[in-house]
Amino acid sequence: MSELLRLITLQDPNTRVVLLGTAALGVAAGLVGSFAVLRRRALIGDAVAHAALPGLCVAYFVVGDRSFPAFLAGALAAGVLAAAFVAVVKARTRIKEDAAIAIAIGGFFGLGIVLSRIIQNQPTGNRAGLDSFIFGKAASMVGSDATFIFAVALTITLVVALLYKELKLTVFDRDFAVAQGWPALAIDLALMTLICVCTVAGLPAVGVVLVVALLVIPAVAARFWTNRLPTMLLLAALFGGASGLLGTVLSATLPAPAGVLSRGWPTGPLVVLCASALFLVSLLAAPKRGLLADLVRRVRLRRRIAIQNLLRDAYEHLEPRGDFGAAFRAADLGAGPAHHDEPRRPFERAEALGLIQSAAGEYRLTGQGQAAAARTVRAHRLWELYLIHHADIAPDHVDRDADRLEHVLPPEVLAELEARLEGQVPPGVPASPHALRGSALS
Amino acid sequence: MSFTIGQFLLADTSLFRLGSYGVRADDVWIVATAIACCVACGLVGCFLVLRRMALLGDAISHAILPGLALAFILTGTRSPVAMFAGALAVGVLTAVLSAGLNRFGKVSEDSALGVVFTTLFALGVLMITFAARDVDLDPGCVLYGLIEFTPFDTLSIGGLELPRAFVTLGAILALTLGLIVLFYKELKLVCFDPALATTLGISAAVVHYGLMTLVAATTVASFEAVGSILVIAMLVAPGATAHLLTDRLRTMLLLSALIAALSAVMGYALAVMLNTSVAGMIASVALGLFIVAVVFSPSQGLVAKALRQLRLGLRITREDLLGLLYRAHESEASAPLAHEHLLHRAHAPRSGRWVLALLKRQGLVADDPARGLVLTSRGLDEARAVVRGHRLWETYLATAVGKDPGRVHKPAHATEHFLSPTLQEKLSDELRAPSDPHGKQIP
Repeated sequence: MSELLRLITLQDPNTRVVLLGTAALGVAAGLVGSFAVLRRRALIGDAVAHAALPGLCVAYFVVGDRSFPAFLAGALAAGVLAAAFVAVVKARTRIKEDAAIAIAIGGFFGLGIVLSRIIQNQPTGNRAGLDSFIFGKAASMVGSDATFIFAVALTITLVVALLYKELKLTVFDRDFAVAQGWPALAIDLALMTLICVCTVAGLPAVGVVLVVALLVIPAVAARFWTNRLPTMLLLAALFGGASGLLGTVLSATLPAPAGVLSRGWPTGPLVVLCASALFLVSLLAAPKRGLLADLVRRVRLRRRIAIQNLLRDAYEHLEPRGDFGAAFRAADLGAGPAHHDEPRRPFERAEALGLIQSAAGEYRLTGQGQAAAARTVRAHRLWELYLIHHADIAPDHVDRDADRLEHVLPPEVLAELEARLEGQVPPGVPASPHALRGSALS
Repeated sequence: MSFTIGQFLLADTSLFRLGSYGVRADDVWIVATAIACCVACGLVGCFLVLRRMALLGDAISHAILPGLALAFILTGTRSPVAMFAGALAVGVLTAVLSAGLNRFGKVSEDSALGVVFTTLFALGVLMITFAARDVDLDPGCVLYGLIEFTPFDTLSIGGLELPRAFVTLGAILALTLGLIVLFYKELKLVCFDPALATTLGISAAVVHYGLMTLVAATTVASFEAVGSILVIAMLVAPGATAHLLTDRLRTMLLLSALIAALSAVMGYALAVMLNTSVAGMIASVALGLFIVAVVFSPSQGLVAKALRQLRLGLRITREDLLGLLYRAHESEASAPLAHEHLLHRAHAPRSGRWVLALLKRQGLVADDPARGLVLTSRGLDEARAVVRGHRLWETYLATAVGKDPGRVHKPAHATEHFLSPTLQEKLSDELRAPSDPHGKQIP
């Protein structure tokens, strides 16, 4: 417990360094990733990250020593080359972007393996710490690395703030940007450069495979909560930063599995899994686009449809008698398209809403229920008439089509339908243009 | 995917031996295994490239890590069957999860893949760390693969000692071939016209998920021998290369298989020469072949496209020059025409000079001491055709299309180069006009 306290209060200098580094990285990746995801460039980062390996190897050949800045420069150069490869293949050949990215990933990384094995075979070579770039070793981050990542993150944030308007425009309406005379290509290149820089800066912390996760996951998670770009950027940065912090704290505090104490829990995967957890929460619980909200909407709609079908069935059952206040039984209504697997529930719900009253196994429409039923039937028949008169659909075919639409016709559309059918419908509920199943039976 | 210390020692001697260039039985097995793997990937890959599912191989081959770890943790052994089952299950799960995320979460396809496979890979690394107490499941090994070791892990079938990886990959190759032959028509239809396939009663979804399962199986069978990186490269690069070389699916499949086999053989030879990773080299060769196709493909290549553009540009300059000369000498008493003036009017100061020299050498244009540049009789014939096309099109635009006669020159100037003699005849028959809207005679 005291260990945890020490961590959270940032007393351990080493952890403080790592925490700052991963959090800053998360924030920067969230910002850049948002644009990448919106521009459908999410997986470019994957190609850039994998291309870093041959870059590192070439840097090692050139410098002849393992130096952090040289490695980063090599990785960045190779990453830009891979991004350019993808862009050229996409623009100039019939090969699509996804195939170009996959080829860049496999080909460049294969080249990297070839080069790194050659380094390994040299008498002085020992893979030159390349592994920590491939799989990431956040725990071995030292002060200067964290400062570097921090500086990169700050630069990225500044550039995003400066280019905000330009990036926004090209992300949402590139054609308009071009037409307005914005240098869309240069802005695209700027975004690509940002993705490259962010990816390469993240390599030492989380590794080749997982750095793309930091670009994609916080941004996709943020997208669930909002339709506005500033909010999305803020949320993505927040999610990214929080994942970095949480992952680092977890990796430092979780008890290591017995027997491999020396290794501890790796930071990179934990950071990514924290981001994934935030994503999962967003996917489920986001207020508008989330799956739960979607489910609630669907259930509500289904219930409303069931009640409206019940009302329409009742209306059409009572219509021949001309007395809409008369009693009817549930069995009277079975024939309509309202057939559903839980036949009792709509009655209960309609009663709870005060649309029908039940007494001794029989039901009656209340005044409110009669009005609602008339509205539903009216929508149904107006749409049927519209289909018959304006879409030339045979009268015996329109019932099913109208049945789907009557529930979702907004008042404006109903008004429009009335206007179009002027002179063809009497005020109030028009007569059904086809034989009613209920009345045919009775 | 993991090796005991003894195998590592063996591996060291084998690496040493690979350095000396002789061909041994082991080399044959390694190449045969590589070919089986690459061809199987190359065949499936054609459909991935056409269906725009190229990144699925990438995602699946990364995501199977937790499947392997889970299989190991559950069974406690490194039994190939358990590993295969675990990896295949997670591979299919990757495909299904990302498709579900795309459909129900409205996340774009690439983002969905990115979320799913990185999450699964992170989970896999953690599980391996957890399971690492007594087994060397090495993530590095999953990435690079160790095809060099295939001859040491053998199976005995009917008294024959065959490398296990070769048997597995051979089986996968046979399965892939069989499925493609059996369902060729369905696959083709779903690739090129999914809507028609659906109306014909072929479920695009079934084919899609079948393809995903085949990709997962190929990936899982391959990565142990050759590493996931090689799988990613071979699933896409040969198919894409073949796609640049042909428009026919049958030829594409054949070419893709050939390119894959070529990559395997060349990659192995180069790796032995440089004493480096075979899998990495095969992937590099596949990338190299793709780049060669991008640059040099006869129909799609950058060079062919540039040549086509250059040839078109030169033809247009040539026809413009001829047309200008024709117009300059239409009226009898015209001033002598200087080189510079002509080139300036043709808007092609540099290429025009070159084209003019060529026209002179071909005997279409001559230098007349009195009148400057003139058309020879052969040159006149060609120039007449150009001007005729131009003026016919102007007339057509002005009369049949009803364009303002003041605005017909520019479009006609562009179209004159693309009017074939038959089209010119048709226009002339239809229009029956002796002169163009500007009153110039149509030759």
